[in-house]
This record gives sequence, structure tokens and C-alpha cells, in this order.
Amino acid sequence: MTNHWNDLQHTDCALIMGANPAENHPISFRWLTKAKENGGKIISVDPRYTRTSAVSDIYAPLRSGTDIAFLGGMIKYALENNLIHKEYVVNYTNAPFIVADGYDFKDGLFSGYDQAKRTYDKTKWALAAGPDGKPVTDPTLENPRTVFQLLKKHYSRYDLDTVSSVTGTPKEDLLKVYKTFCETSKVGKAGTILYAMGTTQHTVGSQNVRAYAIIQMLLGNIGLPGGGINAMRGESNVQGSTDFGLLWDNLTGYLAIPKASVPEHATLDGYLKKETPPSGYWSNRPKFVVSLLKSWYAQNATAENEFGYQYLPKPGSKNYSHIFLFKAMYNKELDGAFLWGTNPVVGGPNAGKEKEALGNLKWLVAVDLWETETAAFWKKEAGSDPSKINTEVFLLPASASFEKEGSISNSSRWMQYRWKAIDSKGEARPDLDIIHELALKLKKLYAGDTSAQASPFLALDWNFGNGPECDIDLVAKEINGYDLTTGKLLPGFGALKADGTTTSGNWIYSGFYPEEGKNKSKNRDNKDTGGHHYLYWSFAWPMNRRVLYNRAAADLNGNPWSKEKAIIWWDAIQNKWVGNDVPDFNATLAPTAPGGTGAIMMNKDGVGLLYAPTMNEGPFPEHYEPFESPVPNAFSSVELNPAVVIHEGDFNKKGSKGTYPIIATTYRVSEHWQSGSMTRNQEWLSEIAGYMFVEISEELAKEKGIKNKDKIIVSSARGEITAYAMVTKRYKPFKVRGKVVHQVGMPWHFGYKGYVTGDTANRLTPHIGDANTQIPEYKAFLCDVRRAD
Amino acid sequence: MVEMNLNRRQFLKLSGATAATLAIVELGFNEQKAYAKSKEFKIAKATVTPTICCFCGVGCGILVHTKDNTVVYTEGDPDNPINEGKLCSKGTTLRQLYTSEKRMTKPLYRAPGSDKWEEKDWEWMLDTIAKRTKESRDKSFIVSENGVTVNRTEKIASLGGAALDNEETYLVSKLMRGLGVVYLEHQARI
Repeated sequence: MTNHWNDLQHTDCALIMGANPAENHPISFRWLTKAKENGGKIISVDPRYTRTSAVSDIYAPLRSGTDIAFLGGMIKYALENNLIHKEYVVNYTNAPFIVADGYDFKDGLFSGYDQAKRTYDKTKWALAAGPDGKPVTDPTLENPRTVFQLLKKHYSRYDLDTVSSVTGTPKEDLLKVYKTFCETSKVGKAGTILYAMGTTQHTVGSQNVRAYAIIQMLLGNIGLPGGGINAMRGESNVQGSTDFGLLWDNLTGYLAIPKASVPEHATLDGYLKKETPPSGYWSNRPKFVVSLLKSWYAQNATAENEFGYQYLPKPGSKNYSHIFLFKAMYNKELDGAFLWGTNPVVGGPNAGKEKEALGNLKWLVAVDLWETETAAFWKKEAGSDPSKINTEVFLLPASASFEKEGSISNSSRWMQYRWKAIDSKGEARPDLDIIHELALKLKKLYAGDTSAQASPFLALDWNFGNGPECDIDLVAKEINGYDLTTGKLLPGFGALKADGTTTSGNWIYSGFYPEEGKNKSKNRDNKDTGGHHYLYWSFAWPMNRRVLYNRAAADLNGNPWSKEKAIIWWDAIQNKWVGNDVPDFNATLAPTAPGGTGAIMMNKDGVGLLYAPTMNEGPFPEHYEPFESPVPNAFSSVELNPAVVIHEGDFNKKGSKGTYPIIATTYRVSEHWQSGSMTRNQEWLSEIAGYMFVEISEELAKEKGIKNKDKIIVSSARGEITAYAMVTKRYKPFKVRGKVVHQVGMPWHFGYKGYVTGDTANRLTPHIGDANTQIPEYKAFLCDVRRAD
Repeated sequence: MVEMNLNRRQFLKLSGATAATLAIVELGFNEQKAYAKSKEFKIAKATVTPTICCFCGVGCGILVHTKDNTVVYTEGDPDNPINEGKLCSKGTTLRQLYTSEKRMTKPLYRAPGSDKWEEKDWEWMLDTIAKRTKESRDKSFIVSENGVTVNRTEKIASLGGAALDNEETYLVSKLMRGLGVVYLEHQARI
């Protein structure tokens, strides 16, 4: 989230798309309700009329997988009706930048496409640069090669008729949404966009979010109270686990992993030169990287050995993300796996294949509160023949969240502390101690080993106590970082250095623990410090800033665009930025100083990117149909995102629209959580929501002779499941490109363990991912339904 | 598909609701009085510890009441500005993460080809896991590739972490990268 939960009350309009917070983030709705009471509007765009839709001012249905068409229409509407915040656009985005000659777009493809490799040569999309390396601009926005004019041209194709025929959204609903949300372009108004996995779990997921960014920048909504782009996280600490680098291509704090396939990454110097931009906040990257290396390799990290840079693993040229990982497992390329509270046999895409893959491991370690479907994948009840599965399985009982202490970071980036309420149940242990003791045991096994493979691990500093219990305070302080010259904790990442005299295990969190005894995640002063930002409650990374890019809520001179949406402003007498929030900006950099208007400070040129030449499938979001779609693409002859990786063969079968004419999507219910292991193992929640169901429209039910509560079979190219039919008015058939298309939806919480069981929806979903993130396309695939008897 | 095989009575037994029902009967169906009394019973002399909900990413505050080495009650934390004491259905039932009979309380081991779990002690489990990790790592470790130092193993994967604390995710990150693991993923993608 750029903003935070409490801040939602300040919005004039919340566009909720690809999310259903009333059911899946129920308490968030407290603040949306408050926004409504304050006169704000709520818009719900969803294939299904959800409980969020029921309390919205406007509901617009859209066919799963057509968000870019929907949003492209809004971009066109905003530009053509001049419903943009022009001064903001000219100064805080790359709208006036000139795009160099290489860029072109024809029939669904941008210039530089390599059909055989399914990749683009992104250098073709470069921005024009002057002799000084600075961007060439036209602040009048009139030059046809400005980003602004190219944007206008690109989305001129997204006319109301085409958009409506693709999305299945009635034209009047499109207009209602466009008009209402674009009203937030007025100074004094702010609109927010709220989204979740309904946005990201598509082959175009990243570009769906990019479309939000374009809209929010055109309307001048980034940085404002009640504005921003707000991803609602589904897990209590998926924000933190991402911040801490638990994805193959990121180290902590979003530092790119060095890769063997990038020649410059062979040395620290080369890596830093390659990855560090000349301007923008990331120009400080060397300080973050060297401080991380000092945290990890301590005295073994010296200037002479590139601060231990060579100890870090460098992945090869493959992709190592979830789908690829399971493909490697399926192909018997992996020996062992650690699972930290995760249940892919229910939650993974094409879950039947993920379960099969587990049987190809030599060993599996599952750390969990429960015997999950994944930990028990070898059992007869899982449909397996145990005698044929040679995987050794270690199931370690983990403590519940209140049986240990530690911090978690919510969607708002608020790092809140959880104190220990009770000793762990039975012999369960905190994950912290399990990881710590495992590390100590491995250190012991490698002790004295002088081989080349032992040295990187032996060089790893591990000083969190010598006993089986980990000293969490030492871990917290290592994350914050120290000044090695004084031995004191660092006040924040502004104090980090690239010379090896500072440490920080995760630079974006540096500052949460600035002095002995002052772990700010434990802050519990709930006084409203102004603007409902609660600056003394917990700690928000970075540096307790509650609204990111808040410099953009002030004009070029540092005055708030409006008093209604004021958050920080330049105080010429004190010579600093002041206001309700901590400035997400250099606090003493005057608006008149060089860089003083660079509100989007993380980017090289200090502006937001309407045009993003870094994306894998093109600088502007373009509509493509999902991997499995019932209709051809209306916008071009390119059906599928041209940059996605297609996994062929048995690992990912593709269904045709002839055999599987119905669109399907997955979703969640309030009473269950993710794969259900945390909720189907509880009595009350199991009783409230005890059955796997598939929600279908009255029209489809009639067509198929299905009645409410009938047992039905849902099939896709990957498998079949049985579930109860839930016939509702919440789904309505879509009229798409002249034909009637049905969509069904189902929860993905069920499996064969727990108090209540049911078939697993992910047996149906495909193994195909977004072109940038490889997030699987769970939210739009094809199926068929029939009565079970 | 497996049917839900518990009847209402079994649920009551499992959830301890039977006891609550009896208490209400004894108090003679005065709902308000019964409510006040049951609340007093449950949390009298309990220790109260603040926590944050372990489910979605909203981050609601919850107060955990413990007494006699069990969790007797949980409620929304009125001081937490995000939820101001309010909770959804999942946050409300947090207590059952402790009381559920389905909780794993002992380390379990499954040998290759076996059809059952065996109870093992922690020491044996962690020693054996460390040994397996080292074996897989050592036989697959790539020190350099085309003249570039790469120090990685492609034989070991680590998945998950979105339910862990920050400090725990930091240790997973540090240990796994320290070992050279490159198949490192968690639930952000799924």
C-alpha cells in the first residue's frame, strides 16, 4: 500500500477492483464505511456481485481477465474529457518526456519483438536523452513523440463499444465508473484504488497494476491522503516476507539478486555499477548492498574480498519462481525442500501436478501447526500409494503466532509487535528457534571443512546465541543495523555507508530500532498525531512514513494542492518539510533546490512512469486474452500476452473453448483463510463454512439442468472436482463479442484434511504465469460443469 | 469429495460450547445476566497479552487472555487504531488455534515407502535434516560457472514464510542464501 487502512476514510472515491475487502479484509471496510459517511463513493468492479458490491455506490460487472480493456477505456475517457490534473501530470510524471525513434506499436506488438524467444528488445523503447544524458522533454505535451501523446494514441483504440464488447460490462456502467472516478482529478479530491489477487493473478497481472498507476498519476492521486494504489495483502506477513527477500530474485529490501547470466554481476563493483542509477534514491544502492553484506558476513566481509559478495549465490539463467520450481521438482531435478507454513497441494496452481512433484523429492521438511495436505501427500487418503513414494518427510510442529514473540508488517507497512501470551502447545517450537538450531547444527557439520563449498557457508555470520533458543532481540538489531565504528544502533538508512563501516540486514527497515531498548514496532501510543496517521503506533517502513510519495500532495512550490488533502508542505521559515506525516522526501530539500520537485523520489528522474520501458511486454498496458479464453482478442491479432512463458506438455495442459466453454475463477470466503489449513482445523469456522461449492448463475443452472445444492462436476484440462452447486443471482452471463459467455467461481480453501473437507479448486487451475512476476493465472481459466448424477 | 462428517453435537463437544450452554441453563436463561456472568468466569484473573491477528494483511489487534496454561478468551484490542476492538469471524476464533485437537504437538517422521508417521524427538529430527541438507548441498554445489563464482545449489528449495514473523523471515532468507539456495519462494506469488 502507498497509503494505509485508517487513511481510507479520507478518500472521495474508492475504486475496488480484483478484490472483495468486505469479505476478505473485513475490518478494512470499517474505514471505507467511514469514507462513505464522509461523502465518499465506493465503486466495485468484479465478475461477481460480492458483499463489497452490495455496499458500493456503483457496481460494474466485468469478465475475468479484461481489466486492461476496462481501464484502457478509463484512460481514454480521462484524456479526451480533460479530466486530468494537468500540472501534476506535467511535473510529477514522465508525460512530457520524448520517446526515441525505436518505439512503435502495431497490431498488438510493440517494436523489438522476437517471436522465437517470446521476448522483447527493450532498448527499442528507450526515452530520448540529451547530450548530458538527461531526458528530452516538451512541457507543452504537444510533441507527438511525448509520452503523453503516445499514451493518448495508444488508448484511443479503447473506445466504449470495443471495451464493452470485450469486458461484457454494459456501456452505461462503464461510463458511470469512468465519470465518478475521474472526478477525483479535481484539486481537493482524492481517489484510491484497492486491489488484491483478482488483479495480479493473470498473465497480464503486472500490467493490470500498471494501468492503475497510469490512472492515478493522470488524476493526480498519488501521494495524497485518501489516494494512492493500495494492494490489500492476503496474509498477515506477506508484506514482511516479501520485504525480507523470500523471492528468488530479491535479496532483502528489494535488492536484486546478482545473477550468473549478467556478465557485470561477476564482481561487486560491476554489480553496483550495473544496478545503481545515477540519480533518484536508488543511487544510494551501494550503501544498502555493502551494509547487507556486512550483516551477513561480518568480519569475513572486507574491502579486499568485495565485502563477501562472492559468497552470495548467483542463480543461473533460468527462472526459479513457484511454477518453475515445481516443474523442476516434477522433472526430478530437486532433492529436498523446506516448507515454512505453506500448503501447495491445496494452494498451488495445477495442484494435482504439484502433489505428484512432491513424490519426486528425496526429502521434505514441513514446519506447520497442522498435518497439512502437503505434509501428508504420500498418504492413502491423499490418493497416493505410500509404498511407491520414497520421499522422507519431516513434520515439525510450529508455535502459533501468540505462543512466541516477534513483529509482522501489515499491508500498510506497519510493523506491529506480537508478544508471547502462552508457552507453545505440546512440543511445538517457534520457527525462529527451528531455523536457528538448524543453522547451528549445519555450522557444526561444516566445522573444520576446508572445501570450496564449505567456505561460503562457514563465512556466514550467525550470532544469535549458542543455545537452541534464538535471541530475537539480536536478530531485530541486526535487521536495523549498527555503526561499526561506535558499535551503536543506526538511526536509519540515511546513516548507511558503502565503505563497510555500517551494517543493516534490511535497509528499508533501518530506523525501527534506533537505540537500545527502543524497538519501535512495540510502540503502542494510539494518539491521533494528525490526519489519522498515528505516528506513535508501531513503525511504518520506510522511516515511519505513512503515505508514500507525500511530496506529490504539494505543488511545485511546496504548498499543498488543496487544504482538504494537505499532508506535508514546505515551511520556508523553518527551512524544512512539515505536516501530519513524516516526509517521504529529503526533509530539508527546498522546492527551489535542484531535485526539490522530484516527488516520485525512488525513480531515476524523480517522476512517475506513465511510460515504463522496463516491463517485459511493453511500456503501455495492452489487452490480451487469458491463456484460456472463450473469445478471440478484439484489440489485435495477438491472443496471449506475447512475453509469457508457455509450459508445454503434461505439466500444463491447455483447454480449448470448444470443450471448456465456461470461464472460471477462484475466490475466498470470510470464514476460511487461503488453503484452509488454519481454519478448517478450527471447529467454529468449519461449522460456519463446511462445504466446497461452485457458484453459478441461474441462467447457466437452467441450461445445465442444475438445481441449488446439487452435486456437480467441474472439469478443466487439468482435472475434475466435485462440489455443491450454489445457484445465485450474483453471477450473470456476459455478452462478449456478440455471444453469451458464462462464468463460475469457487473458493480455493478446501482439501482432504481438517474438520471439514472438500475437493481442491486448484486441481483445475493452469501452470502459466504473468510475464514479469510469474504469478499464476488462477483468476481466469476455462472449465465445464455438469451434474454429478 | 469427502462429506463433512460431524454432527452438531460433536461440534458442541469439540468447541466446548456444551459447557457454556449448561452454564446458561443453570443461570435461568436471563440472557444479559448470563452473558455478564460468563464473561466474568472466563477472564477473571486471566493474563492479557496483545497480539496481531495471524490471518489477512489488515493487522488487527487482538487481546489474548490466558489462565491455567490455556487460552481462555480472545477479543479485539480496543487500543489498536486499525480495528478499535472489532474483529471478523476469523480473528474472533483465534483461541481455537490453541485449543484445536488437530494441533501438531510432536515432531513426526515418515520413512521412505512407509504408510505411517513415527514420533521422533527434536534432536534426531534436526540432526537428520541437517545431514540431508548437507548431503544434497555438497553433491550439487556449483562453486563457479564459466569463470564466474556462483556458489549455489539447485537441489534444495525453500517455500513459504508469509505466516512467519519478520525476524523469522530474515533468518530463513539469511540461512538459505548462506547455503547457496536459489529456489527460494514464498506465498507472494500464490
